[in-house]
Amino acid sequence: MNSLTRWQRPELSTWAGFGRLTDLRDEIDRLFEAPLTEWARSAQLLSGWTPALDMYEDKDNLYVRLELPGMQKEDIELSLHEGSLSIAGERKGGEKAKDSEVYRAERFFGRFQRTVTLPVAVAVEKVKAQYADGVLTVTLPKAEEAKPKHIDVTVS
Amino acid sequence: MKATVQREPSTANPRVPEFVSPVVNIVETKDGYVLEAEMPGANKAGLEVTLENNELTIVGHRHAEPLNGEALLHESHSADYRRVFELDPAIDTARISAQMEQGVLTLTLPKSERVKPRKITVD
Repeated sequence: MNSLTRWQRPELSTWAGFGRLTDLRDEIDRLFEAPLTEWARSAQLLSGWTPALDMYEDKDNLYVRLELPGMQKEDIELSLHEGSLSIAGERKGGEKAKDSEVYRAERFFGRFQRTVTLPVAVAVEKVKAQYADGVLTVTLPKAEEAKPKHIDVTVS
Repeated sequence: MKATVQREPSTANPRVPEFVSPVVNIVETKDGYVLEAEMPGANKAGLEVTLENNELTIVGHRHAEPLNGEALLHESHSADYRRVFELDPAIDTARISAQMEQGVLTLTLPKSERVKPRKITVD
């Protein structure tokens, strides 16, 4: 095996079928007409890192679990804003060392972000997060009052 | 919309995969190979690395504490990790070492000394 094997997990499926050539033409036209910022965003959609997220609820708490192997906890940012929990961060690494040949590069590196809307209000000051074995678990105790508050909080 | 996720034993539903393949990075240098496998939810205690006839098998058992309550979103797999690799015969299998940190297994597979390029001096 002497060739570089780089394989990205396909996150989105590409257009289906060769039959509709006129549609393809339209697509290409649209792509060229779109401003560069749109290109960047769609490129990220295709090759960005979206870690798997689980959300559970019991009578007292909401739990959000995110699979983030190989991170340092200082590189994980959590924030709570208007009823949404946002988890973002950057995984460093992945630069090719000198004199090395890459056989497989399936791991993602760089920034990620997941935002999830919380179905109920939570007590922001009691939110806890733990990172172990590459899994981040956020425990969000439900708020006593039903009325949502607008609070800008960053929990790190 | 609320959904309840139930864990069924794999014999009950043959289409549920027993194992999921972990994502890996493999790099070769002149001294050997480095393999990194992502297995979030597994730790050292649940890890099995076996070598048989030039085939390296890595298995990571998840020790998921079941989260209480109902699942609102469930994107992660609940299956354990398993992947098999065929090793380059140049690897010195006696010197393979492994480390596990935050769900990432790093295997260092050095090449045999006699296989490495070396200069031969002429008297």
